[in-house]
Amino acid sequence: MSDEMASDQMTGAQMVVQALKDQGVDTLFGYPGGAVLPIYDALFHQNHVRHVLVRHEQGAAHAAEGYARSSSKVGVLLVTSGPGATNAITGLTDALMDSIPVVCITGQVPTHLIGSDAFQECDTVGITRHCTKHNYLVRQIEDLPRILHEAFYVAQHGRPGPVVIDIPKDVQFASGQYRGPENIEHKTYKPQLKGDPARIEAAVAMMAAAKRPIFYTGGGVINSGTEASVLLRELVGLTGFPITSTLMGLGAYPASGKNWLGMLGMHGTYEANNAMHDCDLMIAIGARFDDRITGRLDAFSPGSKKIHVDIDPSSINKNVKVDLGIIGDCTYVLREMVALWKARSQNGDAGALDKWWREIGHWRDRKSLAYRGSDKIIKPQYAIERLYELTKARDTFITTEVGQHQMWAAQHYHFEAPNRLMTSGGLGTMGYGLPAAIGTQMAHPGSLVVDIAGEASILMNIQELSTAVQYRLPVKVFILNNEYMGMVRQWQELLHGGRYSESYSAALPDFVKLAEAYGAHGIRCSDPANLDAAIMEMIDIPKTVIFDCIVDKAENCLPMIPSGKAHNEMILPDTDVDIGAAIDGAGKMLV
Amino acid sequence: MNAPAAPLSPYSSAFGKRTIEVHTLSVLVDNEPGVLARVVGLFSGRGYNIESLTVAEVAHAEHLSRITIVTSGTPETIEQIGHQLERLVPIHKVTDLTLRGAAVERELALVKVAGKGEDRVEALRLAEAFRAKVIDASITSFVFELTGSADKIDQFVELMRPIGLVEVSRTGIAAITRGPEPM
Repeated sequence: MSDEMASDQMTGAQMVVQALKDQGVDTLFGYPGGAVLPIYDALFHQNHVRHVLVRHEQGAAHAAEGYARSSSKVGVLLVTSGPGATNAITGLTDALMDSIPVVCITGQVPTHLIGSDAFQECDTVGITRHCTKHNYLVRQIEDLPRILHEAFYVAQHGRPGPVVIDIPKDVQFASGQYRGPENIEHKTYKPQLKGDPARIEAAVAMMAAAKRPIFYTGGGVINSGTEASVLLRELVGLTGFPITSTLMGLGAYPASGKNWLGMLGMHGTYEANNAMHDCDLMIAIGARFDDRITGRLDAFSPGSKKIHVDIDPSSINKNVKVDLGIIGDCTYVLREMVALWKARSQNGDAGALDKWWREIGHWRDRKSLAYRGSDKIIKPQYAIERLYELTKARDTFITTEVGQHQMWAAQHYHFEAPNRLMTSGGLGTMGYGLPAAIGTQMAHPGSLVVDIAGEASILMNIQELSTAVQYRLPVKVFILNNEYMGMVRQWQELLHGGRYSESYSAALPDFVKLAEAYGAHGIRCSDPANLDAAIMEMIDIPKTVIFDCIVDKAENCLPMIPSGKAHNEMILPDTDVDIGAAIDGAGKMLV
Repeated sequence: MNAPAAPLSPYSSAFGKRTIEVHTLSVLVDNEPGVLARVVGLFSGRGYNIESLTVAEVAHAEHLSRITIVTSGTPETIEQIGHQLERLVPIHKVTDLTLRGAAVERELALVKVAGKGEDRVEALRLAEAFRAKVIDASITSFVFELTGSADKIDQFVELMRPIGLVEVSRTGIAAITRGPEPM
């Protein structure tokens, strides 16, 4: 399709492909079916957009998420009506929870059949209303170009999220006038990007007066773009304040930075959680006070003033009442904060800050991420440590599944840059990591992409191995195999008297043979002495690899804030408590 | 062991806050398919209350509809409801009329009453006192049209019950701010 023809008559299906091209989309994840055949035909006739054929629509959604999060672009998927759409729901919900910009195009039965329970019909806009930022059913060809471009606008502006465009088959066949993305301005959706200057000034004054301050940052800093991370580093350097981050925010401030306290929350470090509890000023930036972070709300950082910067007004005062809310984009607000801090003549109480750092030093000395090593079996923490040491000098992207291995990855793999960790934070979707790794590898063909997995999670979307092999993606699946749904097993130990109901992974496949069956390369390692060599083999083989790392079956993921407890009531690895008694009746009700 | 009755979760934002208020929200939306479902779905999905809801197009050329919602919750919850509504893409504006202070609220009800003899006379007398209009009559029944505050309608319905109330249809509350300013 030439550019001169861009404003010409075309079919709905051609409009979809033209709009993808005009929006700068180079990669599309999808699975064909009856209700999207015209779009697949239009794809056949062009070379601008590369289609990646997944093996299940959930995989397409997670791949689009991995692509989006690692590249700061919009991830796009194309699925058919009915089961195609319903299979994508988990990935859409995941993108909504983690604020990932995704556009999902679904086929729909022709308009005259809608509502008749036609073959492969489902109420896609009805079903996805609750798991998208916005969705559209395109009823006539005249609306299609506007909706296509609007969807990209809504997905990436303000707090990002997934948008569904449901296109009936007759609309795909119909002809109409195409319009480019120029001058697409949304009539209602205009998020506030610039924070209120008076409030930013008040925030900087509070920071200058603080004696025990802490930065608590989240995924919003990463979503805001790389400049936000640069500004955050500058602000932390200027102020000398300690900084902690959520799972979604890892990498915005480098793990090697001297002010870094590690991740906070349920499996966060002792120093991060105690500093949050005892601080007198909390500066929350692009984080949403999730229950994994706060622990018991009425005991959450009781003595602090709280500043909250967020682009989503509904995040402010949702879970935790704050003293100063600033609605705006992190990049803008951080830039103003840096400028105002530099312009001040009198900054901070150096004596108080020194004392605060000495206090933090005592917490750090507890070495809450320590574990008992072994030369007989591979400790899962050790496996992550070695993976980190052997990959840190490379251009590496990490994805994870969900569970113990995810938390060990967050604790022991040290992220130096934003957009390097792709993980399912809010929804906690097992099966996220492999398709996300495929999406990440598509966005970064020359980089090393490792999915840190568990043996249970990986089986939830194992079929995507076929996708990785088809496109010769050298994705590495690093399975911490403890033969248990490890986090479930840990909670059963904590809460249910060690009755491991249904959490043992019986009848596991032989992952080495499984890799070979798919045309990938399989490696197994169970001896700590051979681990480095085996990891190097995994890195060096230019193929899709499954690494079956046999680890300690009984290891618990610590430290841990037991459910229903406060930040200063952590279980540490070296405290010899009966962890079954650490959670009270009310705590057992929680997840 | 007796568990305490429905303990509040320590993760709940309602922890320690129990004053429940009733607020009226005015929501200006694009009149497009599914917009009401978005609003109603938001309330059910997040566990908010709807005590009354009315919706109709108010500006045909601009495709604008106005939704009036009466909801109840803690002040924090009601503030959150406003922000959550504002997140919905087709929403133009959300105003908490109760917070704005000066607003008038009206509801319309159609009330069917059946009876004979003295009951009919009493029904008509009460209707006159409430300034209800008779919009349908038969030998054995009336349909009254009544406009007013929700309280007034409640009261009228209760009075009609012993006389021969058959059924009631109510519109829910429409509300608007006093004075020259828009919402």
